[in-house]
Amino acid sequence: MGFDQFGIISFTGTTKAEQFVEFLKNNELRGTVCKECGAKFFPPRSDCAVCLSDEMDWFPITGEGTVVTFTKANFAPAGFEKDVPYALAVAEFADGIKVFGRLDKNLSDDEIKVGMKVKVRAVDLGDDRISYELTA
Amino acid sequence: MAKVAVIGVGQSTFTRSYPGSIRELAFEAFRDAMKDAGLKAGQIDASIICSAPEYDKQRTPSGLMAEYLGLNPQPTFYVESVCSSSSTGLRTAYGLIASGLHDVVLVLGFQKMSEISSAESQERMGRGADIQWEAPFGTMMPAYYAMYARGHMEKYGTTEEDLGLIRVKASTYGQINEKAAFRKALVLEKVMEPKYIATPLKMFDCCANADGSSCVILASEEKARDLCDKPILIKGLGMATAPINMAGRDTFSGLRCAQLAGKQAYEMAGISPADVDVAEVHDCFTIAEMMAYEDLGFAAPGEGKDLIRNKETYREGKIPVNVDGGLLSKGHPIGATGGSQIRTIVLQLREQAGDMQVADAKIGLVHNIGGVGIYGNVSIFGVE
Ligand SMILES: [Zn+2]
Repeated sequence: MGFDQFGIISFTGTTKAEQFVEFLKNNELRGTVCKECGAKFFPPRSDCAVCLSDEMDWFPITGEGTVVTFTKANFAPAGFEKDVPYALAVAEFADGIKVFGRLDKNLSDDEIKVGMKVKVRAVDLGDDRISYELTA
Repeated sequence: MAKVAVIGVGQSTFTRSYPGSIRELAFEAFRDAMKDAGLKAGQIDASIICSAPEYDKQRTPSGLMAEYLGLNPQPTFYVESVCSSSSTGLRTAYGLIASGLHDVVLVLGFQKMSEISSAESQERMGRGADIQWEAPFGTMMPAYYAMYARGHMEKYGTTEEDLGLIRVKASTYGQINEKAAFRKALVLEKVMEPKYIATPLKMFDCCANADGSSCVILASEEKARDLCDKPILIKGLGMATAPINMAGRDTFSGLRCAQLAGKQAYEMAGISPADVDVAEVHDCFTIAEMMAYEDLGFAAPGEGKDLIRNKETYREGKIPVNVDGGLLSKGHPIGATGGSQIRTIVLQLREQAGDMQVADAKIGLVHNIGGVGIYGNVSIFGVE
């Protein structure tokens, strides 16, 4: 098992960045940083488009981020219908790293706002599947 | 560089479910454009076929279309940039003609979205963005544009009602466009019904899937003057791109690809936004039209809402936008949409737009976006 364990439905099972899932299992969300030029990427990349290197290290996304935008979806694509409604958001963390994902279902509509502070955490989806979410 | 002109335009009626095959659907726009240009199939030097392939059961549609349209043995190939495919087709045709490789090139856009079941369509929609890092969360187009709507409202104080006014305007003109799929008048009260698809976007903020085709025939200026009484010249073309992943975006209150494409097109045409007499913008969602006002310079950032509140984008206003009903009223058959927008502008500049005609239109603009601002095409047309 590898990257096909990531997310509610996996559309792509194979990536050189599959170690991402192993970090998630330790409750760590990680991006990649280029060993040559220091460029940081989230979502993680295996190749640096800045300097063309394929030598990458992993760095953890920690601390508080800020919600930049969000939406609450009442309709979903095939395979996700049972989850609605769910909120999707983009949050910005240190060094301008942005993370796209779902917001914690337990957050109330009143709490969810642009500018709210969030942290990332891994979510065990059962059936040997794992994801991450943004929570207060 | 040689100048390039539009000498023929056509489109099918856009409809929820076309009762024929994709080749027959394509032929409707083709026939319309060929008659408009007064051409025979042998006079087309090359064809460019545009659609979003995830809706096609037919593999490599260009081969099929070239045969059915009677365009063998001339060159044909496929161009794709999802919702802006046929504007990218126009860009490609421009290059083929300006380089001197061909004299007359046809751009055919089509989409039969009803070709696949609604469940299949939903599944494909989930894959309209980064399938490795975003689709596993359950993403779809309304949710993405909704995040831009939230960003715009948060930054500029735009309201849901402002977006509703854009839908009301679209329905005003959809009623008089006989090619539109949705021809009912909508009042603000109806548009504001709180049926949220993805907050803050409601049902009437979203355009609908449709089946349709469009066709644009282009020629070198010299050839165009031989063939045609009133060729419409391509004055400027811009195209830019942005990261497919939302994590790579630097703003959620405008589309960078549209801003850059607009700048390029204005520069090439040697005009400023104030010189545009009539525009077609990509209103797949009401927020997309609001951002287009600002991204194209019709209003300063954050002031798009004043344009619609003051009805400045109606036919009689300062800058008429989507006076054919836009995607919101016409429907959005992905690969055909750009060609339909180009057709509207060409008819406006020829003074053939009937009840939709804008007075004294000399310069027209088409803004056609692919995906959630992945691809942005802006094209400027003029009578001279
Ligand atoms: Zn590098």
